[in-house]
Amino acid sequence: MDFTLKIWKQANSKAKGKFETFKVKDISADCSFLEMLDILNEDLIDKVQLPINFDHDCREGICGMCSLYINGRPHGPDQGITVCQMHMRNFKNGSKIVIEPWRSKAFPVIKDLMVDRSAFDEIIQAGGYVSVTTGGVPDANSIPIRKELADLSMDAAACIGCGACVATCKNASAMLFVSAKVSQFALLPQGKVEAKRRVQAMVAKMDELGFGNCTNTYACEAECPKNISVSNIARMNREFLGAKLGAQKA
Amino acid sequence: MTRLDSKIPEGPLAQKWSNYKSKQNLVNPANKRKIDIIVVGTGLAGGAAAASLGELGFNVKNFCIQDSPRRAHSIAAQGGINATKNYPNDGDTVYRLFYDTIKGGDYRAREANVYRLAEVSSNIIDQCVAQGVPFAREYSGLLDNRSFGGALVSRTFYARGQTGQQLLLGAYGALSKEIKKGTVKMYTRSEMLDLVIIDGKARGIITRNVVTGELERHFAHAVVIATGGYGNVFFLSTLAMNSNGTAAWTAYKKGAFFANPSMVQIHPTCIPVHGDYQSKLTLMSESLRNDGRIWVPKNKEDAEKIRKGELKPNDIAEENRDYYLERRYPAFGNLVPRDVASRAAKERCDAGYGVGSGLAVYLDFKESIGRLGKDVIEARYGNLFQMYEKIVDDNPYETPMMIYPAIHYNMGGIWVDYELQTTIPNLFAAGEANFSDHGANRLGASALMQGLSDGYFVLPYTLQNCLSEEIRVPRMSNDLPEFVEAENNVRERLEGLLSIKGTKTVDHFHKRLGKIMWEHVGMGRNEEGLKKAIEQIKELRQEFHKDVRIPGDMTGVNTELEKAVRVSDFLELGELMARDALNRNESCGGHFREEYRTEEGEAMRNDDEYKYVAAWEFSGDDKEPVMHKEPLVFENIEVKQRDYK
Repeated sequence: MDFTLKIWKQANSKAKGKFETFKVKDISADCSFLEMLDILNEDLIDKVQLPINFDHDCREGICGMCSLYINGRPHGPDQGITVCQMHMRNFKNGSKIVIEPWRSKAFPVIKDLMVDRSAFDEIIQAGGYVSVTTGGVPDANSIPIRKELADLSMDAAACIGCGACVATCKNASAMLFVSAKVSQFALLPQGKVEAKRRVQAMVAKMDELGFGNCTNTYACEAECPKNISVSNIARMNREFLGAKLGAQKA
Repeated sequence: MTRLDSKIPEGPLAQKWSNYKSKQNLVNPANKRKIDIIVVGTGLAGGAAAASLGELGFNVKNFCIQDSPRRAHSIAAQGGINATKNYPNDGDTVYRLFYDTIKGGDYRAREANVYRLAEVSSNIIDQCVAQGVPFAREYSGLLDNRSFGGALVSRTFYARGQTGQQLLLGAYGALSKEIKKGTVKMYTRSEMLDLVIIDGKARGIITRNVVTGELERHFAHAVVIATGGYGNVFFLSTLAMNSNGTAAWTAYKKGAFFANPSMVQIHPTCIPVHGDYQSKLTLMSESLRNDGRIWVPKNKEDAEKIRKGELKPNDIAEENRDYYLERRYPAFGNLVPRDVASRAAKERCDAGYGVGSGLAVYLDFKESIGRLGKDVIEARYGNLFQMYEKIVDDNPYETPMMIYPAIHYNMGGIWVDYELQTTIPNLFAAGEANFSDHGANRLGASALMQGLSDGYFVLPYTLQNCLSEEIRVPRMSNDLPEFVEAENNVRERLEGLLSIKGTKTVDHFHKRLGKIMWEHVGMGRNEEGLKKAIEQIKELRQEFHKDVRIPGDMTGVNTELEKAVRVSDFLELGELMARDALNRNESCGGHFREEYRTEEGEAMRNDDEYKYVAAWEFSGDDKEPVMHKEPLVFENIEVKQRDYK
């Protein structure tokens, strides 16, 4: 298969970026999208040109490192997977493919298609954990947890922190990401203890870092590679409101 | 010749760890703040260690190459984590996990370390549940278990097919808590390129910030290397693209011995190779072998027709299928350890019974879907089936999966004593980066256990024993000549690579190295092939240093430069692996020397001559390394031929 690629090139965070056009030929339909970019990069180096920089690591859809905006959609045209799991059979032979980095004020571009997502780490640091220290914890089976709740918690915990939800949102809201973490813990007895404090601290940090508000378009759910549900956002709103009304302060 | 002192504590096996803890030295809280610790890596071992040491009050600096500590490759582990909870009441004990691990490792691991691992395994599950890790549960609300290879009990805890992810996010949460408190300072997108040694002790590292390209000097009273395995020396593996051996190799070249480098685990259930553009191999969790049955056609003609596309797997009648693991190993069946399962697949394919390209076997769920229903299989493995379908474009609920072995894990690594200290004082190694617990073969669901054991429950004790000697040592300036020299060496190395300006890309060399390694230092090894590999790697290394092309310069992002450093290290490490494999004239675990096998084709150990850990000492570029032996003493277990029949 042959493709024409229109790729965002930007030398560093301060430089002005622009689209550049590249061509790739004889690509196998079984080739993954990132392998197609590898082929392009090998070709560029052979021509003594600079390769395209993009983030990637595990290449099996779990590390959350890859972050490409393809033809206007984060992680490309297929549903429920990351870019690294997508194969070229999802594209029409001879088509043009536009590749951009995540675009959000909170995720500045580092180079070409690489962005800085440390804002997500800061939100987690604000309270996205259970504050136990190592050792001195009760036996794992001392508190039974309803299977349904454990499963719902796992659904939320499956978030890989890639940032597709922010990238696709017209408000660049991080609500799906934050609510997934809030929900994972709010659903479990271990996390309930500090649930109020957690939701307030995480939401405050999210606002401080310049993420936008949620206007219920559900684009985040549609584009999430792990199918995280927007019902988590509803749960977070309930938790947040409950925390506001309650006495416990952040 | 340095004597290897494994520092195994006195006393009976079951009391060694408590004896150690009772007698070790501690550091008082006021002094902990004055002590700096560097932890390189944020996976299960590194992340858990950094968080736990921060909680204790030490001043921790934690480094990772990814953009966030949450992305370390521990995240990709699928199936589960072992622990001796004995919740199912099926007869599990600490001794049994210890026994299974030593036996699974083909009697090439150190008894005391493995026993400690089994002993703390229960605490890990308690810890993770307290952190809010959503393990799978039964309708009773209690934790669920599944079976894994090499065990006759169900002791594996899991979180769907994403256990590694959930455990890592638990450690990441603990780490984030400490980062906020200020006890841990996090350095992301940083790669360790050298170790700084002052007066014989590890005192810091040189890193490259891969965004700015700047070299940085970091001091610490002690350094922990937790940078995972070096399986990417084979180019194609189940490892993440950025996983590399550079930190460990740097430590080796500064005097840390490298133990059993040739002990590589080849995982039996991976998606087969499909093209030369391929960048990595995808693992299908071993947990699938709980419900999947592995087979190839009984008749060669059928296999040939399948390869030509004239027959489909479902066309082969039950009586014409060879469930070769069930046939050869009736006691363990499809749940034999990984090394045994991998070799059996290679044996069938080499004999002409392979399917797909010829290098694949079937993993079939028809029987279990019939017995349990599709819903149950989907609940257990849904995400794995989805992953398979996306990659292969085939529906595994209807057609059997095709699988083939792939490089997955390194049992070998930096030599450490009982305290996880290397042969360089104040330098520690944890998790996959060290060699200590898995011998010649690792059992499934034991890597997560070892990483977290080292990080949460071993290093916080043993590091203190070392650091109690350091309370009178003030923080050192990183302008000391040792730091300046180390930084200059790194700069010269990077400039040297950039100045080659050759004609071939880094990947070109990496792929060629991978081919040599897979052919001669892979699943089947022999003297002639290993000798050939050593020569071929030497030649390739010379060619690399004459002809590699790295565009760009030292400043800013330069991923080709990062790769070049890693591959130049792999080109040396690969040779050491071949030497180690050549030295070991026996077959054990993942190390299979074709000359040493029983009449039935099983691995044949040579306990009289090779019941030792081979620890290699660097003795200069282009000089032969020196091998030291740590004899393995088995006082609590009878050493016998491994039998899964």
